[in-house]
Amino acid sequence: MKLRSLVPGAFLVLLFFSAALVSYVWTPFDVTLIDIKSRFQSPDATHWLGTDHFGRDLFSMLMVGARTSIFVAIVAVGIGMLVGVPLGLAAAANTGNLLDEVIMRTNDMVFAFPALLIAILITASYGPGAVNAIIAIGIFNIPVFARLSRAAALSVWKRDFVLAARAAGKNALRISLEHILPNITNLLIVQGTIQFSLGILAEAGLSFVGLGAQPPIPSWGRMLSDSQTLIMTEPQLALIPGLAIVLTVLGLNLLGDGLRDWLDPRLRRER
Amino acid sequence: MKTIKLSRALFRAGMLTMLVIGSAQAAKTDVTIGMQLEPPNLDPTGGAAAAIDEVVYANIFEGLTRFGSDGAVLPALAKSWEISDDGLTYTFALQEGVKFHDGSEFNADDVKFSIDRAMAEDSTNAQKQLFANIDSVENVNGAAVITLKASDGNLLFNLAWGDAVIVPAEAIETLATSPVGTGPFKFKNWVQGDQIVIEKNPDYWGEAVKLDTATFKFISEPTAAFAAMMAGDVDAFPVFPAPENLAQFEADPRFTVVLGSTEGETILSTNHKQPPLDNIKVRQAIAHAIDRTAIIDGAMYGYGTPIGTHFAPHNPAYVDLTAKSEYDPEKSKALLKEAGLEDGFSTTLKLPPPAYARRGGEIIAAQLRAVGIDVEISNLEWAQWLEQVFKGKDFGLTIVSHTEPMDIGIYANPEYYFQYDNADLQALLASFAEETDSEQRTSMLQQAQNIISDDYVNGYLFQLAKTGVASAKLKGLWENSPTQANDLTGVYWED
Repeated sequence: MKLRSLVPGAFLVLLFFSAALVSYVWTPFDVTLIDIKSRFQSPDATHWLGTDHFGRDLFSMLMVGARTSIFVAIVAVGIGMLVGVPLGLAAAANTGNLLDEVIMRTNDMVFAFPALLIAILITASYGPGAVNAIIAIGIFNIPVFARLSRAAALSVWKRDFVLAARAAGKNALRISLEHILPNITNLLIVQGTIQFSLGILAEAGLSFVGLGAQPPIPSWGRMLSDSQTLIMTEPQLALIPGLAIVLTVLGLNLLGDGLRDWLDPRLRRER
Repeated sequence: MKTIKLSRALFRAGMLTMLVIGSAQAAKTDVTIGMQLEPPNLDPTGGAAAAIDEVVYANIFEGLTRFGSDGAVLPALAKSWEISDDGLTYTFALQEGVKFHDGSEFNADDVKFSIDRAMAEDSTNAQKQLFANIDSVENVNGAAVITLKASDGNLLFNLAWGDAVIVPAEAIETLATSPVGTGPFKFKNWVQGDQIVIEKNPDYWGEAVKLDTATFKFISEPTAAFAAMMAGDVDAFPVFPAPENLAQFEADPRFTVVLGSTEGETILSTNHKQPPLDNIKVRQAIAHAIDRTAIIDGAMYGYGTPIGTHFAPHNPAYVDLTAKSEYDPEKSKALLKEAGLEDGFSTTLKLPPPAYARRGGEIIAAQLRAVGIDVEISNLEWAQWLEQVFKGKDFGLTIVSHTEPMDIGIYANPEYYFQYDNADLQALLASFAEETDSEQRTSMLQQAQNIISDDYVNGYLFQLAKTGVASAKLKGLWENSPTQANDLTGVYWED
């Protein structure tokens, strides 16, 4: 019963991950191959999803585009977790101290900035590209994870076994790593999936306005922006990458929801 | 009770709509022209942006001479002119009863002021070379007399440029934001980021225009431009930004699609100071790696004429040199090998926003990759492009359309952003400026075209087509773009 959202979510996510992974070794066509004569072909046996305005195979572009999206999102979420979680744990361990204040108020500041604006700022000063998109999206994941892990850690810090560990003479660092972190991992995983889907959306958004991965690297966002003016005549060119984004984000959200239910010990008992 | 009120309100609204539509149909004397780029200011004598001229040329400002819709040089503020036998003195008889929009009289002193200002040391005129050969301008009994340093066959052509219009001395300070000229339209207002409105000048000296007001609306997004045309918010887009949409307009009886020529040579501009692009073999290899047909079809949906040199194909002096750089990837690879680069090399390709550059760039990058040249694309906004490429000269390759008429002279300027330095060509173009015999001039131009083609200075792609869309009832817009202009003097609505 609780697997209602987990299974379809996991299925969709797996589908896109495998498309991305397979694209490293095989795609039906070379995505950098431009052949104007065979543009705007309808889906058929050769081109499963048809071809785009440059005659490139849409299915292959979708596969490599998945790779770009997933890569950017994974690294960005990774940055957010690697920096945000230790910050959150440190803040929780020093709650009420100056360190806590400094970390959390800096977080608030980053949070207060519109994410896309900072991304535009970064790409304007360092040039557009996948790496800068990763950094921009990564920066915005830091406060999310810092806040979440601080809040979660604070509740664990009050638990008896932590008190016992303290009485046994463990210092804050060891307690954080050995007792706090394992107890908030579930939450982090769930948040990670949600952030991952936001990362994919952000990457698509940045590529759409031309600040993400640069051509010839295919990206779902740029596929969308390239097809803007063709939406009346060749609507499938916009629909296909659009659907890919929707399904991936939907899949990740379902997976996140499912994981939350599945990992929640209170709900687990009922099962 | 409520229903009665509602139906009454609906009825009133309906009547109102009918009234509005009815009056609009009876006498439409306003027009809204769509443009992709907004001008940075409105002083054509103080800025290089094409968008300035596209608003003010022939509408607000006039010069002694002007370009007609076919590119011919016509009299404007000068009624007629006499040329002395030695070709050094031009005496311009001026139109009478001409007033600036602020009410002041136009006379030969204004001509002297305007040209002196453009020629001055500290002049910010973007095309100062147009005036380089002028020695002095004087007011002699009401006529403007221009004396040259050397005889010059270009003078009347040069004076027709938007950069050579006549401006009043009194209004010079505010010219950039509220232009005052002698034209058939007066400046009304400018909502930055949105539109510029001009209105009929009732005191115009020449033939009165048929429109009462004209609005230039700035829409940078091709999709928004399409929507605005379809919704009727814009009556005409003289250069529609998305050629892929033209077929849809063609199929719609409400619109006409006007295809014409422009002065826009679209080139793969090459930085001559950046190795290995300074090597002619490498540039020739690039030229042979490029398939122009694929670029014209892929980026412009077939709108455009292939060129083999920096010259407009509709100009009588044009020579078709495309064969010198025909598509031949094998030859290209062989040339790279000769240059010692059989493993290829990598360079940058910086692209400004227009579709010809962004889409053309992707196609060219793929074509260059096929011969082993690795091209790193970066997409830039216009401001960044001007800063990095045009001013900073920090690029390997770029794609841009040079839309000024007869601009082969840029190849004689080693400081120009692609930094081509050839003394022979510089000498040739210097003597061209002094030549007055038209046959000799044509032959010199052809020689110059050959030189730059033989040197593979840049990759010559295609001549930009003027792909205009207009409401089917709107008449009198220019078909071609012999200069940067949206001349509205002959525009009217057909019933």
